[in-house]
Amino acid sequence: MRLHVVTGKGGTGKTTVAAALALALASGGRKVLLVEVEGRQGIAQIFDLPPLPYEERRIAVAPDGGDVYALAVDPEEAMLEYLEMFYGMRRAGRALTKMGVLDFATTIAPGFRDVLVTGKTSEAVRRRGKDGKRVYDAVVLDAPPTGRITRFLNVTEEVADLARVGPIKNHSDLVRGVVKSPETAVHFVTLLEEMPVQETLDGLADLQAAGLPPGGVFINMVREPLLPQPVLDKAVKGRVDTAELVAGLEAAGLATGGDAKALAEALAEELAEHARRTEIERDERDTLTAAERPSYELPLLADGVDLAGLYELAESIRTQGAA
Amino acid sequence: MRKPATLDIDAILDDSGTRIIVCCGSGGVGKTTTAAALGLRAAERGRCAVVLTVDPARRLAQAMGLSELDNTPRRIVECESGGQLFAMMLDMKRTFDEIIEAHADPERARQILSNPFYQSLSSSFAGTQEYMAMEKLGQLRRSDEWDLIIVDTPPSRSALDFLDAPERLGRFLDGRFIRLLTAPAKAGGRSAFRIFNAGFGFVAGALTKLLGAQVIKDLQTFVSALDAVFGGFRQRAELTYKLLQAPGTAFLVVAAPERDAMREASYFVERLAEERMPLAGLVVNRVHESPAATLSGVRSAAAAEDLQSRGEHELTAAVLRLHTGRMQLAAREHREQDRFVTAHPTVPVAQVAAMSEDVHDLAGLRRIGELMAKA
Repeated sequence: MRLHVVTGKGGTGKTTVAAALALALASGGRKVLLVEVEGRQGIAQIFDLPPLPYEERRIAVAPDGGDVYALAVDPEEAMLEYLEMFYGMRRAGRALTKMGVLDFATTIAPGFRDVLVTGKTSEAVRRRGKDGKRVYDAVVLDAPPTGRITRFLNVTEEVADLARVGPIKNHSDLVRGVVKSPETAVHFVTLLEEMPVQETLDGLADLQAAGLPPGGVFINMVREPLLPQPVLDKAVKGRVDTAELVAGLEAAGLATGGDAKALAEALAEELAEHARRTEIERDERDTLTAAERPSYELPLLADGVDLAGLYELAESIRTQGAA
Repeated sequence: MRKPATLDIDAILDDSGTRIIVCCGSGGVGKTTTAAALGLRAAERGRCAVVLTVDPARRLAQAMGLSELDNTPRRIVECESGGQLFAMMLDMKRTFDEIIEAHADPERARQILSNPFYQSLSSSFAGTQEYMAMEKLGQLRRSDEWDLIIVDTPPSRSALDFLDAPERLGRFLDGRFIRLLTAPAKAGGRSAFRIFNAGFGFVAGALTKLLGAQVIKDLQTFVSALDAVFGGFRQRAELTYKLLQAPGTAFLVVAAPERDAMREASYFVERLAEERMPLAGLVVNRVHESPAATLSGVRSAAAAEDLQSRGEHELTAAVLRLHTGRMQLAAREHREQDRFVTAHPTVPVAQVAAMSEDVHDLAGLRRIGELMAKA
């Protein structure tokens, strides 16, 4: 795989997973580009860096060698670069920008914006160095959320309707060639909750209908099981051995008598709720299985996402064979 | 945690002066659920409310009895209080088509509706949705059929795009480029590009080279056809913008107690202040509390370790570890909210406890409303 597109419902940790995947892919001395397209500077925040310019720069080193580069794509800069690269029209580009042409183009046909962004990404995927080898071993794209992903990737179809001939059409075809190639995979990030799972399934269906290549499903923020299944099965039905809890709390010196009983009941309530949630998570996992995509589970990071957490996730991605 | 002022949801809903509630927040924080729950609670308290939702999750739509995209409000419930709840999902293409049909003569309308640029503009996700949400809000308000409109804002890239919509539309219409493109009609059909000076000619050449002549032609047809329609369009967008600043409007920023969502919430609060939009407060969804909060995470962890090292009371030890995790989560959520409260000490806050299941029906929405009002 060369191009990994990462999407997911808002709040599922899409950017985190994209960053961890980039780190995982870079390990073993490879060179990976992590691309951000929504102007949110999410990569900079996760890696604890100042805002990224429109420039490929190295932002992290994989544990056993290998580099992660990052790029925050700015549509306007991408357009100028594109004009210069293909037409040698730097000056005209500036003039167009000054006249608000880009504003105009993205308002009238927001697809153009997406073409510029996917175009820049495709260019990085295809770029070769002087030695004829690809510059990047892999490119990871932190893409728009699930609801917009098919449209975003399929934007070349939309533009093809507008521009049937001419350079934009040629450029669109080139992008489409990369996006639809067998070297591309679109991954979904989800949580074990109803709405993200439903959106993942809907997104996969849309993707397949559009002839885009589906990748894996990353189940994010998975909690380790703390209690044996039989205990949970009983707790779901509200059956918790509070007498045992009272004895345990007293043995631990946390409370005695009535206090211990009250605390035991409160903890039993917490346990029952946990059991209900675990049951829902199990159902959602089953639902995802029906999609028949490879799935990978990433642990919930107790301290939230920081740099150390990213490396932990990258390691987990590697051991599960997703990179 | 610093104690923020409490957001009194019922006071807002019961105030007959409140005519519009706008729920804004980043994606995935439960904005649509909040809007629907507010609508139901308002209706049960006697208001005639309509919820305008932009992109609801399927199940939530089902919870409100909406099965398909429908551009007109449908009645969901009629309450004993005399209140009613209506809901609708925005169909942005249809809303746009209706505007064109209402403001252009039939021939021009046909030209516009069949133009490829119009089709792209009206059905594309980015940008148009914001214009249309604003337009629909204005329509609902002008119809005066509901005494409370609750709107859930589009899941934009930068979620306040809807505020920028009128300005962007203005900039778009006043732009030199659109004047350039509309020029042929005004210049008696001569090529748009020939009548301008060398600078324009240079740009025009670049554009033709870039886009191809057919695209330029389609674009010109579209822009000149739309030109006549746009004036009123912009005027209404500006009216809606003013309506949002008026005292009858209450903005609620919706967030979840996580870093990104709270950071976005801070940004919204600042942006709303900049635009002089009336902020009512912050709703924090999915807050985790513990029924056993008297037992701290630290003591719980130590006790679990103690029991385990002695090889006793396995169940209790496991339950204590579970509790430790819960208390750590609660503490982290408190910290994230704290940052917000420190930065915005005067913004009233309502917290909604996390529920283990998603909302499936009106009972679920009612429960959310109760939790919100209890805060």
